[in-house]
This record gives sequence, C-alpha cells and structure tokens, in this order.
Amino acid sequence: MSERRAPFPTNWPARIGMVVALIYVLYASTQLGITGERLLRGFGEGGRFLARMFPPNFERWELLLEGMLESMQIAVLSTTLGILLSLPLGLMAARNLSPIWLSAPTRGFIAICRSLHYVIVAILFVKALGFGALAGVAALTVASMGFIAKLFAEAIEEISMKQVEAVRASGASAAGVLIYGVVPQVASRFIGFGIYQLDSNLRNSTLVGIVGAGGIGGTLFAAFKRFDYDFVCAILLSIIALIFATEVISGRIRAALR
Amino acid sequence: MTPILRIQGLEKSYTPGKPVLHGINLDIGAQGITAVIGPSGTGKSTLLRCINRLVEPSAGAILMDGQDLAKLRGRALRTARRRIGMVFQEYNLVERLSVMENVLTGRLGYVPLWRAWLRKYPQADIDRAFALLDAVGLPDQATRRADALSGGQRQRVGIARALMQSPALLLADEPTSSLDPKTAVEVMELMARLTGEAGVPVIVNIHNVELARRFAIRIIGMTGGKVVFDGPPEALESHHLQQIYGGEDWL
Repeated sequence: MSERRAPFPTNWPARIGMVVALIYVLYASTQLGITGERLLRGFGEGGRFLARMFPPNFERWELLLEGMLESMQIAVLSTTLGILLSLPLGLMAARNLSPIWLSAPTRGFIAICRSLHYVIVAILFVKALGFGALAGVAALTVASMGFIAKLFAEAIEEISMKQVEAVRASGASAAGVLIYGVVPQVASRFIGFGIYQLDSNLRNSTLVGIVGAGGIGGTLFAAFKRFDYDFVCAILLSIIALIFATEVISGRIRAALR
Repeated sequence: MTPILRIQGLEKSYTPGKPVLHGINLDIGAQGITAVIGPSGTGKSTLLRCINRLVEPSAGAILMDGQDLAKLRGRALRTARRRIGMVFQEYNLVERLSVMENVLTGRLGYVPLWRAWLRKYPQADIDRAFALLDAVGLPDQATRRADALSGGQRQRVGIARALMQSPALLLADEPTSSLDPKTAVEVMELMARLTGEAGVPVIVNIHNVELARRFAIRIIGMTGGKVVFDGPPEALESHHLQQIYGGEDWL
C-alpha cells in the first residue's frame, strides 16, 4: 500500500463557490462607497442621535398607550382571522389529502399571499380601504394566511398515513377521518404556528402604522418627523417591553403543549 | 357451510403489466382463523387491503352478504367497511389520542359526526369499549395516550378497536411481526379467543409458520401472487413450504 485512501472526497464545487462569494463581497463593498471616512462620520451622527434620545420622554403616555393598544388589537384580530382562514386553506393545499386539482390552485393562492411583503400589502390596503386600523388588519391577515396555511399544509403532508388508513378502515366518513386521523396529529403544531404568528404580528403591527395602516407605527413615524427623539425612545422601549412579555408568555404556552 | 366471503378472479397491479395478484379465487368460511403465509412482497397485504378497499382491485369480485365489495362507492363502501375490522402490523393507533378514543374510533362508521367530534358517544358504546379494554387486559389504560404504551399493549388496543366495530370479518395484516416472540403468542391467543367468542372469522397474514399452524384451522400459501397451497395445518408439509418460500436450506 503506497497510496493513502482519502476518507472524505474533496468538494470542489463548494470550494469554488466560497471563493466566488468572497470575491463578490469585496467587489460589492467597493461599489457602495463605504469608506473608513464615511463610517467615522456615520458613527459621529449616531452618537449625537443617541444622546438626544435619552432620557426617554413618557410625558405623552396617553398617546403612546392608545397606539400600543391599537397595535395589539390589530395583531390579535389579524392573527385570529388568519388562523381561521388558514385551516381550510392548509387542508386544501396538502397534497396527500387533497386531489391535485384542488391542492395546486390553493398552493398558488398561498404563494401569492406570501410573495409580497406585508408592508407592501399594507400600502395596497391603505390605498384601497383608506387610512386606519382596518387596512392594517387586512394586510396582516393576508400575511398570516400565507404563513400559517403553508406551514399547516406541510405539517399535514408529514403525518403518518398509517394512522389515517386505520381510521379509514373503520368505515369513517371523510370528515370522521379528518377529526380522528388527521387533526390529532397536527393540532399541537398548528397551535404552535398560531402562537408564533401572534408573536410576529405583534411586531409587524408596530410597523404598518408607518404607511398609515393604524397602530403605534404612525405615532412613531410622527415623532421621528418632529425630531422628538426622546419620545421615539419611549415608544421603542414600550415596543421592546411588549415583545419581551409576549415571548415569555408564548414560550410558556408552547412548553405546556409539548 | 356457506362462505362469508367469496373472492373471485381478484387481480391487482400497481403498475400496468406487473400484476401483484394473479386471479385469486378463495372462499372464506364463517368461522375460525384462516392464515395466509408466503414470502414478503408476494401480495398478502394487497390481498387483505383489496377486501376492505384500502387498495383498489384491478379486476375481479369480492362478494360479502350478496354485495360485490369491489364495486361499492361512497356511503355503501363505508357501511361495508365498518363490518370489516382490521388489525395492522404497526398497530396504526392514532398516537396523540387516548386509548379510549382509539377504541371508540371503531364506532366512527356508526355514530353521527357531531357525537364523535364532541366525544358524546352513546353509553352502550362506552360500556362496550371498557368491556373490550378489560377483555384485552388493559383495564386501567383508558385515559393514557396511545404513544405511551408498549408494542404489545398497542396491538391489544388495535384488537379492541377492530372488535369495537362489531365486525362480521376481521382482517389482520402481520399482527405479530413487530412483537417479541412471547408477546406475539399472547396477542395471537387473545385474538383467537376474542374472535372465537364473538364468532368472527379472521383472515391473518403471518410470517411465523409455527404460529399459523398453532392457531389457524386453514392455511393458504401464496407465492408470486398466486395461491399454491390451501388446506388444514396438518396437511402443510415441508415440500409445500419449499414451494411457497423457495429453497430448502432454511427448513
């Protein structure tokens, strides 16, 4: 034995890909005019901006509270609507349970719901329905539908068909098979998706206000425009506190579901 | 004795031109256990699944109670299915449901959907489910989740679920293949006793020839999608086994 046998083959495509990616990163950074001088200037501005944010100003707490409550309502409403609409959509989109003529168009519809960013959808709804929370609810409902229905369909496609087969063999109707064979296998995951979506909708609902679709985002945007950076800071701290609180609560719920 | 099930010219091909079952003709009597033996991939499971139409037969007739099961659709098919219990190799319990819910799954063909949904089963069904759980030796497990049980316990629940259908016929597809030898015998004994008491005929696919000899009154040997032996266990000799499984070194 003169030659050593290689235990792992060399992955040339991966190596070449990494080198190409590195070269592109270097090229892109030269194109955007990001220089050391520009960075220093940016950091200086940032320092002044931060200094003006402190201390945070909670004097206009009524305005703040009103915006936060509206954001929460947008989040809860749109999540609820999204979940209710996702149930049938997810079932219809699951390729192991639905015939192709039903699942293919449903998947297409879900893909459309997902393809546009929710801020763009919010702008569309503001134009169509007018300023206010209704547009925010509609936009986030569409986003929730796209997200939950897709994950729900995938969860259904991963279920054990053996369990479904056994329920079918008992003479159960299609609805009976659904209730006893499919739902028990996906229920806890579906609840998990719902809670996750509520989490992200609480975050998203703070943003749709910037384009006029209701909630704290509008207040935040106005504060930015008036250079009330101490009030901006108060709003940001409130949003962070809200998200932290929901993370803790939803984490508890998820742990209990396991 | 009039047969409960009459299979005539049953054929099945999953891909055209490659039949798994070649014109099976069988009459199944109204009593006792019929064991189907044969090598893996010879169509035993397909045969069983054609009977309750989990698999669509390509040709042939399956007559039960004067109906051709192969031609039923919709509600008529579901009504026929609920009279045919099935026990599976991997138990096929709905793992996230409780043992009681799994047993009551056997009533889904009988009770209205809202009752099943709300778990408001008729008291008679619930009493019978408890009685069956006692009979299969799981009196205290009704509220446990099915995935918390051992293999032997799961198969006992599977048997209870099948009997909950008040079946006129029980199909068992390799019911003991996932179990250890001792549990396998116990499960077969349980199935033989309970179906014997209820007077339900059984068709069982089984790999263990010794178990087949011990519990069946009739053995059907299949190979290559055809029936090559059909007779009582006493008549099954080593040259038959050689014909069914091929080779002789393993005997």
